[in-house]
Amino acid sequence: MSLIRRHWLSVVAILVSFVVFVIPFIFIVLTAMKDKRQSALLDFSWPEKFQLWENIVDVITTRNWQLLTAFINSTILTVASVTLLVVFAAMVGFVLQRRRTRWNGLINFLILAGLMIPPAIVPTIWLLQAMGLFAKLHGLILIEVAYHLPFSILLYRAFIATIPKDLDEAAIIDGARPLDVFFRIIMPLLWPVTVTNIVVQSVTIFNDFTNPLYYLPGRGNETVQLTLYNFQSQFNTSYHLLFTNILLITIPPLIVFLFFNRQIVAGVTAGAVKG
Amino acid sequence: MANPTSRAYARRSTYPGWFFLPAAIIYGVLFLVPTFASLYFSLTRWSLFSSEFIGLTNFYQFFEEPFLVQGLVNTVIFAMITSGLKVVLGLLLAVLLTSRIALRGYLRSVVFFPVLVSTVGVGITFTVLMHPTQGAINVALELVGIDGPHWLTNPSLALYSVALVDVWKGVGLATVIYIAGLVAIPKDYYEAARIDGSTPTQSFFYITLPLSRPATVTVITLSFIGGLKTFDLIWAMTRGGPGFSSDTIASIIYKQYQAGFYGLSTAGNVVLFVLIALLVVPLTMYLNRREGHE
Amino acid sequence: MTAKFTRTARVAVGIMAFTALSGSALAEDVFMTMLVSNNPSNVATAEAAVAAYMKANPNVTIEIETRPGGGEGDNIVKTRLATGVMNDVFQYNGGSLFQAINPQQNLLPLTDEPFMADIQESFKSVVTAGGEVFGIPNGPAMGGGILYNIPIYEELGLEVPKSWDEFMANNEKIKAAGKDAVIQTYGDTWTSQLFVLGDYFNVSAAEPDFAERYTAGEAKFADSPAAAKGFERLQEVFEGDYMNEDFGAAKFPEGVRKIAQGEGAHYPMLTFAIGAIKDTYPEHVDDVGFFAQPGDSTDSNGLTVWMPDATYIPKSTSNPEEAKKFVAFLASVEACKIRNEAVGATGPYLVKGCFPPSDVPPVVSDMLPYFEEEGRNGPALEFLSPVKGPALEQITVEVGSGIRNAADAAALYDQDVRKQAMQLGLPGWK
Repeated sequence: MSLIRRHWLSVVAILVSFVVFVIPFIFIVLTAMKDKRQSALLDFSWPEKFQLWENIVDVITTRNWQLLTAFINSTILTVASVTLLVVFAAMVGFVLQRRRTRWNGLINFLILAGLMIPPAIVPTIWLLQAMGLFAKLHGLILIEVAYHLPFSILLYRAFIATIPKDLDEAAIIDGARPLDVFFRIIMPLLWPVTVTNIVVQSVTIFNDFTNPLYYLPGRGNETVQLTLYNFQSQFNTSYHLLFTNILLITIPPLIVFLFFNRQIVAGVTAGAVKG
Repeated sequence: MANPTSRAYARRSTYPGWFFLPAAIIYGVLFLVPTFASLYFSLTRWSLFSSEFIGLTNFYQFFEEPFLVQGLVNTVIFAMITSGLKVVLGLLLAVLLTSRIALRGYLRSVVFFPVLVSTVGVGITFTVLMHPTQGAINVALELVGIDGPHWLTNPSLALYSVALVDVWKGVGLATVIYIAGLVAIPKDYYEAARIDGSTPTQSFFYITLPLSRPATVTVITLSFIGGLKTFDLIWAMTRGGPGFSSDTIASIIYKQYQAGFYGLSTAGNVVLFVLIALLVVPLTMYLNRREGHE
Repeated sequence: MTAKFTRTARVAVGIMAFTALSGSALAEDVFMTMLVSNNPSNVATAEAAVAAYMKANPNVTIEIETRPGGGEGDNIVKTRLATGVMNDVFQYNGGSLFQAINPQQNLLPLTDEPFMADIQESFKSVVTAGGEVFGIPNGPAMGGGILYNIPIYEELGLEVPKSWDEFMANNEKIKAAGKDAVIQTYGDTWTSQLFVLGDYFNVSAAEPDFAERYTAGEAKFADSPAAAKGFERLQEVFEGDYMNEDFGAAKFPEGVRKIAQGEGAHYPMLTFAIGAIKDTYPEHVDDVGFFAQPGDSTDSNGLTVWMPDATYIPKSTSNPEEAKKFVAFLASVEACKIRNEAVGATGPYLVKGCFPPSDVPPVVSDMLPYFEEEGRNGPALEFLSPVKGPALEQITVEVGSGIRNAADAAALYDQDVRKQAMQLGLPGWK
């Protein structure tokens, strides 16, 4: 009985997920294979002429191989800012969840404020200019860290709440120093939420459009999302190249996900075996 | 801190206050300082090149915005629909995807895929799929004899269509947060419940639901605030249209910004912030208090 | 950014000095950047012009950077100017948008440059502030009116309409023949404004001082029968059920396809659309013609004209002399020829001695007569007044979709205009 139900559920889940989640991607891939004219029809049809390869070459070589520069910039930006984010946010989340002081209210408010208040662009540019960080990749890295900290802290704080406090207290009685406790004992326990953080924040930052647009202008400073504008203007859109570009710039986040997805699944399986 | 005992305590503390420092510096300098500067500019007529103090005029003008009330209502509706659906669907999917279902890896991946695609990409794709006559959705509906609605061009439907796409894009994230929460629930609890003869449904309501509360708090907070602030997707799909029918506060603010009304748009930001604070601060206080009790 | 470029340039200079030890007196190397909007024919033109200039001046290197158009582009331009990081040369609109970038504070005046003598006065007037001229035209003038499909007109035996009634009569016949009479593409909201903006020649024919009184806050769209007509005409077209079924979702490229392939008969648009037609449907270039938006009477039939974007130099450039030399080249007859070769002609040039090639497409040849006769063309309102409400495109979408009636829309637009005037701090607005 339960076996039949489980199979029935599986089949439904797979069918529904295919229609809801896979078909839109098939559409992207099909459009990326078409020529300009057929792609402009924007319908769900089989490509009359397969030219995925030509489209890829076209997209990559546009504007002096701009996409490659963009990939390099976006990768540096993403790796650096996510590393800082994970370490700093976990530190804040840990202490914030564990230590109850009268500052907690203010800190919680500032975290919410960070999520809620849209950043003020022009004053930020003035500030970056004053510090010599404007139109510099490391300036943008710090910006991304500042803007995404609240989200990461929230994730960590929620997760740390599920870890028994006895663990860190036992460690400190054994004479471990706070940094050791944090990096040797707490961080490994935080791995699942760290994975979530890495995946989500790297995807967000890699896909960020607005912040690079304002804080990292200039040739040679392109990031991947800006390359979408090569094929989509107010007056003319090359849908075949646009969708090829969407396809290409989705690959790095996909790799990150596939890489870490294993780890999430592994964690779950371990749990299941234990139970 | 001059007190030697407290210094000694701080040195021994498992939870040192300086852990806040790196985050606080970056956040304070690059976020809080510009934000306070912008508060001043919301009281000026500001062309970026010069600013002139005009008191509260921008706030009067913002509240005179003919579609502001509708925009407010739209914003709240959008945030409630998307966060509600993300909580419900996210939890159900997480339970489904941590159970022994066939092709679990595949299912997890496809549910999460949309999170990977840029909002701009998702917006472009769904605008095309929701095209009233040639769009794949309506073409498919036509095959089964249904005359599909004008998803994005019917003024009373556009907001809901965008909300659905937002859920489509965001539910994978909610699911992952829930999965992380569910994994942390000790398996012994379920085992014990099973031995005591509880049904899977009972286990869900008495174990999964209460113990996934931290995850629920996170999902609600993030998606509700995200929903109130939502901009990218609405802009990519309808630009607040047709006409003004799917405008939210954020899209109204952005339109002021685009028009070069920087002071006015900054004033709008302040209004949006107050609105969010009024709704979210009580909500999170409530959620956190409940969390503390358990 | 600039610092980085200078450094790169210095390295390049070093290498060149090393390789050119022969001792010949090399002109000093110059590196500049140019910001252009990303519309493909514009980028193609800029690339061709830069290539030609760099060939003639081997010591100069110019990099092109693209930016999105529309509101996002406005913000990039304003942010860069305000923070002093604008490229050495950049393109931006003339008219009301030009006034909003504070030209006297941010731009290098070009009034006394010799090449200014060859620029037409009509263009100079839209890039003038405080008595100084700041820009040169980037391309030919455009007309705002109605593109029509010539094969449909021939098949149904229709005449080019000279009055609004004739236009509506044509629409009725086209509809009866089972075709879409008017193409609308509200998926790109800016395209919805054409019936209102393109009507301005007719407004100014009825009320010659409208622009002046409008800027002063005295004339309103809702109170002026002539000005309100643009909205009414849009409403009439909706009520006549002349539009393509997917008008709410279709975008500009689909509008171009429909008019080129004869899926629809009329498309209210700016004439630069011919560039997109040529690009995507070259075999249909000769199937599309153009006429000005007709008014009440056949006697006063004329064209509302749009000025092209201008090319400017910011005060922040580190290379003002070299930038001026380059701009002088862009304002030359040679640059027009390069443009003609790169993207073809899309209208009459605003530089003396520049002419479109002899074999122009019908859209352009239909447009030229309006320029040859006195009193048959006039600039669009946005070139006569700094006041333009930002929500016009949403309002016209509402009228064109039957969500709001014309009278309401005109009143709402007046309110939008008032907000803009107050934000600009114009005198006389409360």
